[in-house]
Amino acid sequence: MEKKWTAVIKPKKKAFELNLRETFKYRDLIWLFVTRDFKTRYKQTILGPLWFIIQPLMASVIHTLVFGQIAGLSTDGVPQFLFYLAGSISWGLFSGALTATSNTFVSNAHVFGKVYFPRLVTPIATSVTQIFNFLIQFAIFGGTALVFFFLPDEHFRVTWVAALTPVLIAQLALLGLGFGIIISSLTTKYRDLQVLVSFGVSLWMYITPVVYSSNTIGQGKLYTLTMLNPVSPIVELFKYGWLGAGATPWLYWGISWITTFVVLILGIAIFNKIEKNFMDTV
Amino acid sequence: MIEEKDIAIQITGLKKRYRLGTIGGGTLAGDLQSWWARVRHKEDPNAKIGSKTYGKNETFMALDGIDLTVYKGERVGIIGHNGAGKSTLLKLLSRVTGPTEGEIKLDGRISSMLEVGTGFNGELTGRENIYLNGAILGMTKAEIDGKIDQIIEFSECAKFIDTPVKRYSSGMYVKLAFAVASHLDSEILIMDEVLAVGDMAFQKKCLEKMSQVSQDEGRTILYVSHNMNTIRQLCDRCVVMDHGKIVFNGEVEEAIGIYMKEKQVFSDFLDTSNEKRSSYLGQNLKVKVEYIKKLDVPEEQRNSALPFEIKISSTESVSNFRVRFEIGRMGRGVAISLTDRLYQIEKGSELILRLRLDISQLVPASYDTTIVLFEAAGDRSIDLDCVRSFSFIKSSEDVTMKWNEACWGNIILDDMTEI
Repeated sequence: MEKKWTAVIKPKKKAFELNLRETFKYRDLIWLFVTRDFKTRYKQTILGPLWFIIQPLMASVIHTLVFGQIAGLSTDGVPQFLFYLAGSISWGLFSGALTATSNTFVSNAHVFGKVYFPRLVTPIATSVTQIFNFLIQFAIFGGTALVFFFLPDEHFRVTWVAALTPVLIAQLALLGLGFGIIISSLTTKYRDLQVLVSFGVSLWMYITPVVYSSNTIGQGKLYTLTMLNPVSPIVELFKYGWLGAGATPWLYWGISWITTFVVLILGIAIFNKIEKNFMDTV
Repeated sequence: MIEEKDIAIQITGLKKRYRLGTIGGGTLAGDLQSWWARVRHKEDPNAKIGSKTYGKNETFMALDGIDLTVYKGERVGIIGHNGAGKSTLLKLLSRVTGPTEGEIKLDGRISSMLEVGTGFNGELTGRENIYLNGAILGMTKAEIDGKIDQIIEFSECAKFIDTPVKRYSSGMYVKLAFAVASHLDSEILIMDEVLAVGDMAFQKKCLEKMSQVSQDEGRTILYVSHNMNTIRQLCDRCVVMDHGKIVFNGEVEEAIGIYMKEKQVFSDFLDTSNEKRSSYLGQNLKVKVEYIKKLDVPEEQRNSALPFEIKISSTESVSNFRVRFEIGRMGRGVAISLTDRLYQIEKGSELILRLRLDISQLVPASYDTTIVLFEAAGDRSIDLDCVRSFSFIKSSEDVTMKWNEACWGNIILDDMTEI
């Protein structure tokens, strides 16, 4: 009778040999990584967890000043501060997930080189951390919105699209994760990409309706191009849902989902291929 | 009868190739530049000056065809010099990196302690790190919950368990880390030099813990170390690796002997006339051992007598010298035997001596020997010649008692008698 082995280690690995079951077995580790990130992030800082709040608020203040007051960009009649806050927290979830996962291999080399656990655990945990980050910021957004609601002369409306928020959050995180693991796999060999990431992400923001409304750019080619950016429809829907600003680009949202899946599957495939031997090239 | 179902690890034809030198140019721009140059058949701008090729084909086999079977409950030591491939083997086993060829089959969960404290975060407390480290090593939260008290007790850090580990001393750090690792539930444990740190008492405690889990729970242990004493204490089998190959696989003491580079010569005739002598003997030898020849011995005396013949030549006459037969084992001396009388030799003449060595008081093991000719001058002795002689194995007659060499040494005196 053929012996049943627990594991067989062979040189080649199929690109889509996805060890989801194994990754699931390590769910406690994912959770512990997330809590570790939270517990250690602002240790030995004066303001501590307040930083979670300060960052998006400051960004919105600057955006209000630069894009709202100086440049005078339209916010579709929505209070500028709220408009920019909504934009920056939703964009922040995507860019945060992307940048944080993009150095998975390089920054965890010391751990990966010593013990085995499904490598995918690390970027997943990072993305989950980003979601929790977002939820805290989202609460701030809610509080701010409530203040504006009672202010005279400030108008915004919450639409039914807001009900899609959980889906939007998940999509932003998945998209960030997908791009992030592709980049992290490539950075094992080429460190240039690390530089490119921080630079590229800050440029990417400008082709996403974060500091402007999609209505500002009309319906021409520029609009099409902007909306083909998978992040755009998500941010747009988020802002439409909670503030009634912008539009509901359903078609482009569909395309965005397709992009999300393609990027994610491609990312996992590359990640799988790299993870086995990356210790030799990192 | 050992059956296939008792196999814990089966390794067949395992190879691991590493590329030498820098991998790629390190930057995307550099690689593209090199590629563009190759396309145009131009000189590679990134090639090192003086190197003929881009170094692409220079590879190094860290593991060069390893076959190894480990049965359940075995404690196998792996020894070898730096670069022999020990750590690479453990890395492949623990799936940190993949093999180039061959395969490894495992029966049972495997957990590796290639370095204790992996993933420890200085900002977190001892308790939090137990959970984190345990989970990295493959435990679930529920499993750790059930063992946390045992782990804390074993670590001897109970007082500081809620202090961030960055405040710990390095010893405490290691103790905590080892405590977590040793409470893993996996069937196969891989350890690389983990006991090198920590005080003696803790090392001992760790070894006992490992032996205990192996014996009581039938767990398999693979242990790499340069510390032969821990190998002796822990392992019941030992593998010696050299240049990516397994050169020996078997009994622990013998393996350690091989590792210690004790070149063992078992041939019956040794021509020592051209052998290089130690420099302390000086340039010109007054007398010289030309050859050493082992003589036949009757079967019943095999474990008590060792007769041999040596031929001595001289360039100067020496009036009173003796022969000293030194018996050693793994680089340390065990016993000596002297000739019962003095010899003399005329200038330019030769002398053939037939001597009989009594080895009845030696403990069964393999031994290395050295033959020394020396001159007694007052209370000093001056070595005239010194050559490595044959090695021999004394086999065991008494199977009732396993000899504990580490504690008892290598000599067993004659049996005690009542008076």
